[in-house]
Amino acid sequence: MPNTAFEIHDMTVAYHRRPVLWDIDFELPEGKLVGIVGPNGAGKTTLIKAALGLVPLASGKVEIYGKSYKEQRHLVGYVPQRESVDWDFPVTVRDVVLMGTYGRLGWIRRPGRAERDIADRCLEQVGMAPYASRQIRQLSGGQQQRVFLARALAQDAQLYFLDEPFSGVDAATEAAIIELLHTLRSSGKTVLVVHHDLQTVREYFDHVILLNMRLVASGPVETTFTNENLQKTYGGRLTILDEAAEAMRQREPNR
Amino acid sequence: MTGSSMFLALTLSNKVMLGTAMLGGIAGVIGCFAVLRGRSLVGDMLAHAALPGIGIAFLLMNTRNPLGLSLGALVSGLFAIGAVTIIVNWTRTKEDAAIGIVLSTFFGAGVVLLSIIQKPSVGGNKAGLDSYLFGDPGDMLTADLYLLAIVTGVILLVVRLLFKEFKLVCFDTDFAQSQGWPTMTLDLTMMASLAVVTIVGLPIVGVILMAAMIILPAATARFWTNRLHTMLLLAGGFGMAAGLLGTKAGHGLPAGAAIVLTASTLFVLSLLFAPQRGVVARLKAEFKLRQRMAREHLLRSLYELSESQLPQLPRIPLQRVRDYRYWRSLDSLLNHAAETGMVVRHGQTLELTPFGFRRAAELTKAHRLWEMYLMQHANIAPDHVDRDADDVEHLLPEALLIELEQQLASEGRLPTIAAEIPVSPHEIDSDKTSSNR
Repeated sequence: MPNTAFEIHDMTVAYHRRPVLWDIDFELPEGKLVGIVGPNGAGKTTLIKAALGLVPLASGKVEIYGKSYKEQRHLVGYVPQRESVDWDFPVTVRDVVLMGTYGRLGWIRRPGRAERDIADRCLEQVGMAPYASRQIRQLSGGQQQRVFLARALAQDAQLYFLDEPFSGVDAATEAAIIELLHTLRSSGKTVLVVHHDLQTVREYFDHVILLNMRLVASGPVETTFTNENLQKTYGGRLTILDEAAEAMRQREPNR
Repeated sequence: MTGSSMFLALTLSNKVMLGTAMLGGIAGVIGCFAVLRGRSLVGDMLAHAALPGIGIAFLLMNTRNPLGLSLGALVSGLFAIGAVTIIVNWTRTKEDAAIGIVLSTFFGAGVVLLSIIQKPSVGGNKAGLDSYLFGDPGDMLTADLYLLAIVTGVILLVVRLLFKEFKLVCFDTDFAQSQGWPTMTLDLTMMASLAVVTIVGLPIVGVILMAAMIILPAATARFWTNRLHTMLLLAGGFGMAAGLLGTKAGHGLPAGAAIVLTASTLFVLSLLFAPQRGVVARLKAEFKLRQRMAREHLLRSLYELSESQLPQLPRIPLQRVRDYRYWRSLDSLLNHAAETGMVVRHGQTLELTPFGFRRAAELTKAHRLWEMYLMQHANIAPDHVDRDADDVEHLLPEALLIELEQQLASEGRLPTIAAEIPVSPHEIDSDKTSSNR
């Protein structure tokens, strides 16, 4: 029986009192590539952010290798959505990748030679080594995504969260990401990926989490990624949950 | 020699120079973080909102003690930030509107308070109090200079120690938080440093212009570098230069205004002349590209006009070239082509040299490959394709062309004979008088 890498218990998340995730509950074994799949507004990004402690939980808890995120965050790597940062920021590609080592460095210490070597190795792994000294604005979308991946690699984590790494990237980047995912899996890491393209789920992932404000299903792709489950995830609006959420919001004085 | 006698020994004008240079430098450094974090207006609001605090502090103390006045300014600045936060969170008013409202309300209150203080019925030494409005480094007290020196030193130390942390929070707050950094505290530290610099700068450049000292040097520095630490150094340098030059040049002028105008001048010069990001550099690059495109169009046109008689290189009447498409300045293009050995002119005709022909054939090949690709993969109608290809082909990297070539070859669509140039997918009408543009 493999270790449980990641576990969510009865988690509910709300933005401005409006619940966006209801009562999520699942656990994931170590060493799997996990796709998080669901329609727009299903709460996929919120699930990741809640797991990382970036949004407060209304209830429930998140555990990484059996302990809270706070104790285990050195085991976690994060690739946010590419659009979430200003790509005109005055830093080079290597600077961004070095940020992955900041967590280990701690306060005040600056990255030195050892960290730069790590950064360069990570850049090499995603095929971006020749761009190390470029300003990040000069990169294409796919290259930006690979820089973010290299930064997560520099975190040297056990558990990775990737938010839509495939959105708007070229074929070369997509192939590079897939290869990287396989490398990570074979060294025992667990990777959760928010994914949009249903066509490739079977091909890319071992495990799938079907999400639409609530957890529809979670488990191995062969048994979980079924037409029936997909219909439950995508079929029709979840009118009852939606209305309930709206009702909770309306109880608040109008803002 | 102790520090105090050191400062006392300075003449007034040296004191003023030292003060404005320090202020400019530290405002430039801390301004970088404010600008990159998208918080430029916070400095502006703090400065304006400080005014009532200064008035109240003076009324309480009856003297112009810089520390006391600064504390008053800080407190009312914090009240203003609190007011903005409340307005944004509890009403539908957006942040920019909230800042505008709070800024002007506090400033209005401050102006009223100052005018009350200026009445003879209010006691105390009011000298220099009105310099808070428009700034007057000439009114700087030695105590002001001390305060400024301490603030500069402390903030430089903070920035030096927390450079990595500030950089991370400014670039990607979520990522920073996921690594466990206290992003809120770091953000507040940055804003607090900004607030302190703003407030010590008030008597020198005044509440109205202080924001410019925060924003201008940072925005100026951004034109010259793509590295954050270089940007901080440059912004500090630009700020100091603005302080020194402004004070020096502005004899007899309001000093705060002279300093800010100097900073604006540096900004405009950078905006125009910085390499890469400057307007002139960009126009130059754009012009160069257009020139290259025009030269390539000429060569391709000559190829197409010669095509029917290949492998002979015919003499083409100038008039046919002129009519072939629209030319902006055909004569200078032809001169350049002749100078670089691409064509030879014989009176009213011209002919491609073998060297020019090779280059022309390459360009035509790239153009046609791209056209075919567009028709095949982008579903562009054959009669539109020439124009669309024109726009992009000049920018295609060599690697992509090779890839295109391989792809078309593997599909058997790349004619290997025909001088290695695929047949044009649309009709070439070399007798046509009107152009395709």
